[in-house]
Amino acid sequence: MKSLSALGVCLTGAFLTFSQVAFAADCEEITLGSAISLTGKYATNGAHAKNGYEFAIQKIKDAGGIKVGDKCYNFKVIYYDDESKGDRAATLTERLVNQDKVQYMLGPYSSGMTKAIAPVTEKYQIPMVEAEGASRSLFNKGYKYLFAVLSTSEQYLASAVALAAEKAKESGKDPSDVKVAIAVENDPFSLDIRAGVLEDAGKYGMKTVIDEKLPRDLSDMSAILTKVKLLKPDLLIVSGHSKGAATAVRQIGEQKIDVPMVAITHCEAADVVGNFGDAANDILCSTQWAETLTYEDPLFGSASNFDKEFKMAYSEYADKTVPYQTAQASAAVYVFKDAFERAGTRDKEAVRDAIAATDLATFYGQIKFSEAGNNIAKPMVLRQIQDGKYNVVAPSEFASHKVNWPRN
Amino acid sequence: MNARKALLYIIVLAATLAAPFLFPDFRTQLATLWLMIIVALTWDMTGGQMGYNSLGNIFFYGTGMYVAAVIAIGIVYDVGEYTDAAGGGRFEFTDAQYFSGMMLGIIGAGLFCALVAVVIGYLTFGLRGPYFAIGTLGVAIAAGELVSNWDWVGGGQGIALPVYPGDFDTGKLYFYYLFAATGVILFVFLKWLYTTRFGAAINAIRDDEGKAEAMGVHTMRYKLTTWAMAAFFVGVVGGISAFQLIHFEPLETAYQTINLGIFMVVCVLLGGKGTLWGPIVGAVLFHVFKEVTWNYLLGWQWVALGALIVVTVVYFQDGIMGWLIHRKPEWFGIRVEQKNLAVGADE
Amino acid sequence: MEQILGNLSLLFEFPVVNLKIVVDGVMIGALFALAAYGLALVWGVMNVKNLAQGDFVIAGGYVAWWLSGKGMPPLLGVPVAFVVLWGIGWVIYKLVISRVIERDLFTSLLATFGLAIMIAQILNLLFGSDTQSIQLEYDTLYFFDGFVDVPIAKLLGVLMAAVLATCVIIFMKRSRMGQAIRATAQDARAARVLGIDTEKVYAFTFSLNSAICGAAGAIIVMVWVIQPFYGISYSIRAFVIVTAAGLGNLPGVISAGLGIGVLEQYGAHIFGIGYQQAVAVMLLLLVLLVRLLQQRRVRQSLQ
Repeated sequence: MKSLSALGVCLTGAFLTFSQVAFAADCEEITLGSAISLTGKYATNGAHAKNGYEFAIQKIKDAGGIKVGDKCYNFKVIYYDDESKGDRAATLTERLVNQDKVQYMLGPYSSGMTKAIAPVTEKYQIPMVEAEGASRSLFNKGYKYLFAVLSTSEQYLASAVALAAEKAKESGKDPSDVKVAIAVENDPFSLDIRAGVLEDAGKYGMKTVIDEKLPRDLSDMSAILTKVKLLKPDLLIVSGHSKGAATAVRQIGEQKIDVPMVAITHCEAADVVGNFGDAANDILCSTQWAETLTYEDPLFGSASNFDKEFKMAYSEYADKTVPYQTAQASAAVYVFKDAFERAGTRDKEAVRDAIAATDLATFYGQIKFSEAGNNIAKPMVLRQIQDGKYNVVAPSEFASHKVNWPRN
Repeated sequence: MNARKALLYIIVLAATLAAPFLFPDFRTQLATLWLMIIVALTWDMTGGQMGYNSLGNIFFYGTGMYVAAVIAIGIVYDVGEYTDAAGGGRFEFTDAQYFSGMMLGIIGAGLFCALVAVVIGYLTFGLRGPYFAIGTLGVAIAAGELVSNWDWVGGGQGIALPVYPGDFDTGKLYFYYLFAATGVILFVFLKWLYTTRFGAAINAIRDDEGKAEAMGVHTMRYKLTTWAMAAFFVGVVGGISAFQLIHFEPLETAYQTINLGIFMVVCVLLGGKGTLWGPIVGAVLFHVFKEVTWNYLLGWQWVALGALIVVTVVYFQDGIMGWLIHRKPEWFGIRVEQKNLAVGADE
Repeated sequence: MEQILGNLSLLFEFPVVNLKIVVDGVMIGALFALAAYGLALVWGVMNVKNLAQGDFVIAGGYVAWWLSGKGMPPLLGVPVAFVVLWGIGWVIYKLVISRVIERDLFTSLLATFGLAIMIAQILNLLFGSDTQSIQLEYDTLYFFDGFVDVPIAKLLGVLMAAVLATCVIIFMKRSRMGQAIRATAQDARAARVLGIDTEKVYAFTFSLNSAICGAAGAIIVMVWVIQPFYGISYSIRAFVIVTAAGLGNLPGVISAGLGIGVLEQYGAHIFGIGYQQAVAVMLLLLVLLVRLLQQRRVRQSLQ
């Protein structure tokens, strides 16, 4: 009888839902390991990443846990502070594997740390999904157990170069007339970005008029900016983590630097809008992710939903932008969940193979790993600060606004 | 040497050889312990024994790293090309190339550092006391800054060496024994050295350099030789470290003035300057303390380190060995004659 | 190499650059000179070489920054930091420095080095490792077609540094305590014999030094940036200045301070900004070497 079976279906559905909720509470644990920077120069971003991991773990718990075969699990992470030092990260990874017996790792913050840990996880054959190491030199060593959800570093400011070439053509000049100035911090990540920019600039035949490395102990760019004033480049590139971004925006404003296009990294992490207001206008910021992008998935919802819920869970972000470091950390955890469910077992080799076969749509973007382990399905996005807001201006299929050029 | 002491040494040697098998999970930490012992002993050579407190011995550690790496890579490939690839690219090393490169690199590192010590020493040994300390610190910092701008050796990226071919665990065993062997050789060498005229001469320099010179001791020669010997060993462990760590950066790893650079001084102060066992005791205590507590003192570990330095310097000037010698002089073959403390230590 | 030549040629092609470099250098050099003066004071009076000098500066900066975050007007930060760091210096003196004065010189160096580490790490724990600064809403003066920029805030900072230095100098020359300090610096034993409480003098001197550093830090946070681990940079530069100028040579300290500021900026321009820190350290080595060679000529050693 229809009504009875309908009732039966309803009751069964209700029972299942309730049992999910009930069971989520007593799901077993899968332990993940993470050596992450809680102190030292990467502490701020290490915290962003850790919050991203924890937020995702909580979301998964609330949604009923991970279904591996016919059992359910929740993630638990053992964190150790690597003090932003590579050799410490490697030692701690060994400790996690040998003493804490973890079988799966979440990545550390920064390419440098990831480079230090990767040989260790590779030797012990521990699958690691990392979200904060973008250097392409991580992916040409034949690592089989390293997977990265983020776009690699040489793509960071490549679209700025392309944009500069476009604007040159629009004003009737040849792209090879464009003069490029580069100032990056003397660390592996920023040097990778520089390599990407130089490669792309080289393809257009552009001339590099300034190419200098900022020392890590200094926060004063005035010597370089003086040269910028003299040599008048068309494109100024600065990359130096949050400190570099803050110094650049501040001093560009102070010294009234008049370059038509300025592109930097880590704007959001340095909160240049909040700290420098108008001085930050019309600066291009590269980002791995923006909450205005139209990605979505069943666990986190849309990108803007992630943004909203994260701010609710972590109120200290309430009046700032959620940094992409956090978003990609959550995406990494999601990849693990998806992989465990597809593998149907906790055996690390099977999980590793499942990760390699990932083809997942997430709020962060599409995730699909190449043979080498990097994510080839998600592009870097360029945003411009317009009236204090970050608006996506490139690549064109995601652009919501037109770029203001030249910079006012 | 009496039977009791011989037995003691045999036990220690046995423990050294067996340790990585007794504690297989701690191989890397044991290797690091030997590293600390070696840098502490070498610091004491110029510091405690000779009175020239250097804050820049880490310069030899970093330089040793770089020299060893450059030699090992340079034998097979063009160094500039290798470092340009920044860890990527396909640069394969056969087993023979790896090991021969490492051995040559390590020896080369030691020799080069000894040579550099003589050159730098010629300039810096005119400085005394705190100026010497600041000057050597300056050398170490300057080296770090300059090397980080030198693209041929990788600049800010540092150098990534090939991984130990073969089993990871065996690799750790291998590095442990390299460090331990260096440490044992250094210990035996110093034990002998401090009983010779050389040892007496450098102690004389420490106690009163003016008088020593007046007595005919060629102080400059002794100073340079001592520092060169210390530099040799520090350079060697720098070289070994390079291969153990695989990837190192100029300021964070190689020329780490605030980490290993200051640890070596703390170890010696803790254990007792100017004694043979002092640096060893200090290194062991310090390393164990650090490994055990640092993760629990999260955030505060560096404050604790600074406090440890201050407290040790202010209150425990003579370190543990100094305290022991004071309390139990008989253990050290010192006869306390009534009111005089005759310091004729043979330990 | 060609980059260096290119940079040099810029200096000749655009003479205005020289002016900018000098102006920038002088402005920062004034603050270095202030820190160096305090260092020379402590060095001369107590023979303590304070490696934590730069960290006192940064601590002062954080005091000012934190208070301005709570609503205090930034310029008030300078006298407030002066007072707060005076207190901190006094406490540090009583707990640590007083016990190492009579010992050998390496002890005091190492003790202050330990202090430097502690202070830097405590600041890091309290305030985080991001760089901080106070944004003043003052205008900037532009000269030479907008090329040379002198933010009024920087000018104010230099002015305040000069005022502070003048006050301290007058104090040293005119007051009883100032006399006592100078007497103790000349000969501590004799001073004691004549009834001067040298313990009090030492405490006062050390506190004065840390107060000066604190004020310098409060100025720096307004016109540049501070970060818990920048202390060592200032310590190095202070040492260079004191070693170059010698103790008790006030005009020397000032000119050395301004000089190092300018040399650093030139170094950054010519060799590339990546070398700026290296230039400062190389200057230290150079100065030590020059002093050494000077002493060698009279067969003395640098104590």
